[in-house]
Amino acid sequence: MRKLLLGNEAVARGLYEHGCRIVSSYPGTPSTEITEFAATYDALYAEWAPNEKVAVETAIGASFGGARAFAAMKHVGLNVAADPVFTSSYTGINAGLIIAVADDPGMHSSQNEQDSRNYAIASKIPMLEPSDSTECRDFVGVAYEISEKFDTPVFLRLTTRIAHSQSLVELGERTDVGVKPFEKNPRKYVMTPANAIPKHTVVENRTAAIREWAENCSVNTVEDNGTSIGVIAAGTCYDYAKEALADKASYLKLGMVNPLPIKLIADFCAKYDKVYVIEELDPVIENHCKSNGFNVIGKEVFPLCGEINSSMIKEKILGEKTEIGASFTDLPVRPPVMCSGCPHRGMFYVLKKLGVFVNGDIGCYTLGGAAPLNAIDTTVCMGFSVAGLHGFLKANGESKKSVAVIGDSTFIHSGITGLINMAYNRSSGTVIVLDNSITGMTGHQQNPSTGVTLKGDMTTSVDLEALCKAVGINRVRVVDPQEINEVEKIVKEELEADEPSVIIARRPCVMIKKAVIKPPYRIDPDKCKKCKMCMKIGCPSLSVDPETGKVSVDKTLCVGCGLCKKLCKFDAICEN
Amino acid sequence: MKTTNIMIVGVGGQGTLLASRLLGHILPGMGYDVKISEVHGMSQRGGSVVTFVRYGEKVASPIIEKGEADYIIAFEQLEASRWLSYLKKGGKLITSSQKIDPMPVITGACAYPDALPEKIKDAGVDIICADVLSLAEKAGSSKAVNVVLLGVFAKMIGIDPALFNDAIDCLVKEKFRELNKVAFELGYSVN
Repeated sequence: MRKLLLGNEAVARGLYEHGCRIVSSYPGTPSTEITEFAATYDALYAEWAPNEKVAVETAIGASFGGARAFAAMKHVGLNVAADPVFTSSYTGINAGLIIAVADDPGMHSSQNEQDSRNYAIASKIPMLEPSDSTECRDFVGVAYEISEKFDTPVFLRLTTRIAHSQSLVELGERTDVGVKPFEKNPRKYVMTPANAIPKHTVVENRTAAIREWAENCSVNTVEDNGTSIGVIAAGTCYDYAKEALADKASYLKLGMVNPLPIKLIADFCAKYDKVYVIEELDPVIENHCKSNGFNVIGKEVFPLCGEINSSMIKEKILGEKTEIGASFTDLPVRPPVMCSGCPHRGMFYVLKKLGVFVNGDIGCYTLGGAAPLNAIDTTVCMGFSVAGLHGFLKANGESKKSVAVIGDSTFIHSGITGLINMAYNRSSGTVIVLDNSITGMTGHQQNPSTGVTLKGDMTTSVDLEALCKAVGINRVRVVDPQEINEVEKIVKEELEADEPSVIIARRPCVMIKKAVIKPPYRIDPDKCKKCKMCMKIGCPSLSVDPETGKVSVDKTLCVGCGLCKKLCKFDAICEN
Repeated sequence: MKTTNIMIVGVGGQGTLLASRLLGHILPGMGYDVKISEVHGMSQRGGSVVTFVRYGEKVASPIIEKGEADYIIAFEQLEASRWLSYLKKGGKLITSSQKIDPMPVITGACAYPDALPEKIKDAGVDIICADVLSLAEKAGSSKAVNVVLLGVFAKMIGIDPALFNDAIDCLVKEKFRELNKVAFELGYSVN
């Protein structure tokens, strides 16, 4: 059966068809759906781990235990997982092990634009890169084959445009791969210096052997169109090149981006007058070519930052420009915003009102930094808010009016270690856990605080209050962020305290089943005094009529949360 | 055979993904190669969103670029205007007349531009602008603007409406199927 599959869905299909048994991941755009789709197969055990390091360690453990295993994450998640990844390169595997990483050139939903191919080079782990959904499925099979043939974990690298594009896949059946026995072998599995020193040599020899394999493998292919121009590309850049140049160029398509072949590239470069390397972000393939003395053109014409597209390739290589018709300039931008009824809005309104310095974190609440709330002062990475607050306060002599805000999932991911540091090293800061009972930004995944697993089964849930107390925080308060007067009182009290404190702002995300959705509110135009007090919360359901100057409610968006009503001194906002 | 390029643009939360998935269900059955590119994650939260749908004999890139779209289906006026540069000369724009204020308008930093459909028409663009929201509400839910717009589009390019009914049966939860079929029919009846 031929089916249109999202790239991520096709990776999950590949896991099913190629005998994977264990999947452990942490959500992160654009990788999240791989694991969500994997969970739909009864033959696969799939779980959300608290963070990417735990996910990769679980997958390594499953591989040692004899089951084909898999972990997925976004590019920055690989930073968190890097520690086990680098040493798993030394131990190798028992059953096949794949680590999928989804990069985000163009930063559609990320805080940086790092190129994960550098990790493959640094950790000496082979990396495959598919260019459509069929390859997403098939490369899972190739990756397990390489993993087991060469005793190595294998990276599967996606980019946003592959992960989040759908193309047709001819579905296959599952080949069941049994669980291998684990044989005690400390020299392979126990990485003390005495065992790791010889292993490093094994890894170097392995890389050379895989490089040799890459010279003739099925995933590196040449398409000779008898042209003067040659193109070397992988993944989505290959698609763009084919779109732009069709049979006006010949192609070396690299399905394996680490290690890169030498003779295959040498032979290709020798055939064409001009050879272009087309790759997004870092000049990884280009540097390999140039260091081996091949005369290629790369970042001289293509950018280091952002995405490449086929119009750009057409213009740079063929000198052809696409004609553009009517267009408008100076239109108002439409940035993403917190949803109508978002439980984070009340907290950010209070923090802005109090003029507090806010260390932010990664999640929907990062949107609290946008106008009109403008209530976030720093954002770096998962968990930064807590440890960052600690350092900020140490630098400023524990002066008050600084807080950290962090979501429930992010707090468990890597905020808790920062909080232990605050308790242990006697901070006086206030950490606000925005507990909306879900991992929101990535599309509502369960996490250890929600009481439900990825497969939908009921399970134990982290008791956040008890956890904070257990690490040494004496002042732990719980508040409904919708009750803004209470929030203001509690924040003020905790900022005054001379010991570390945690405020848990608890209210479910408005997009999940637990949330209470009420009929939209309406404005009584006779009572609206045009003071625009309600507009300060930046709710997308509210707008000012340009003619009357009075506020109106968009009934298609309003979920009746009532936060605006709390701000109206004239009783102009009414329930329906 | 040339590749046909359709863009579906709107505001995060308006249901653009269902529209592209319904097309994605129908087009392979008509014998086409199809690629669809979506936006997930942050920009879905009330931001400007775009989905690319490309079909033909063999499709290479999943992305549509400026000056290349044969059709733009817009869920909102400002978004129709924002993505207009992607329409090729002679391409067609179908837009809902709905206006949703973006945050800079809500905060008063700028005004929502006047008379956008008229300005687009004056620029020589082949545009259909319809009160899709009212039709969706007539069908039973303001959330059905996506399927009403697909009805308008299906009529324009001559796709058999029965195929959409099948797609709705396959992709939409049972309790919303009838509503969506009514919505599609209302769109299909727009002149």
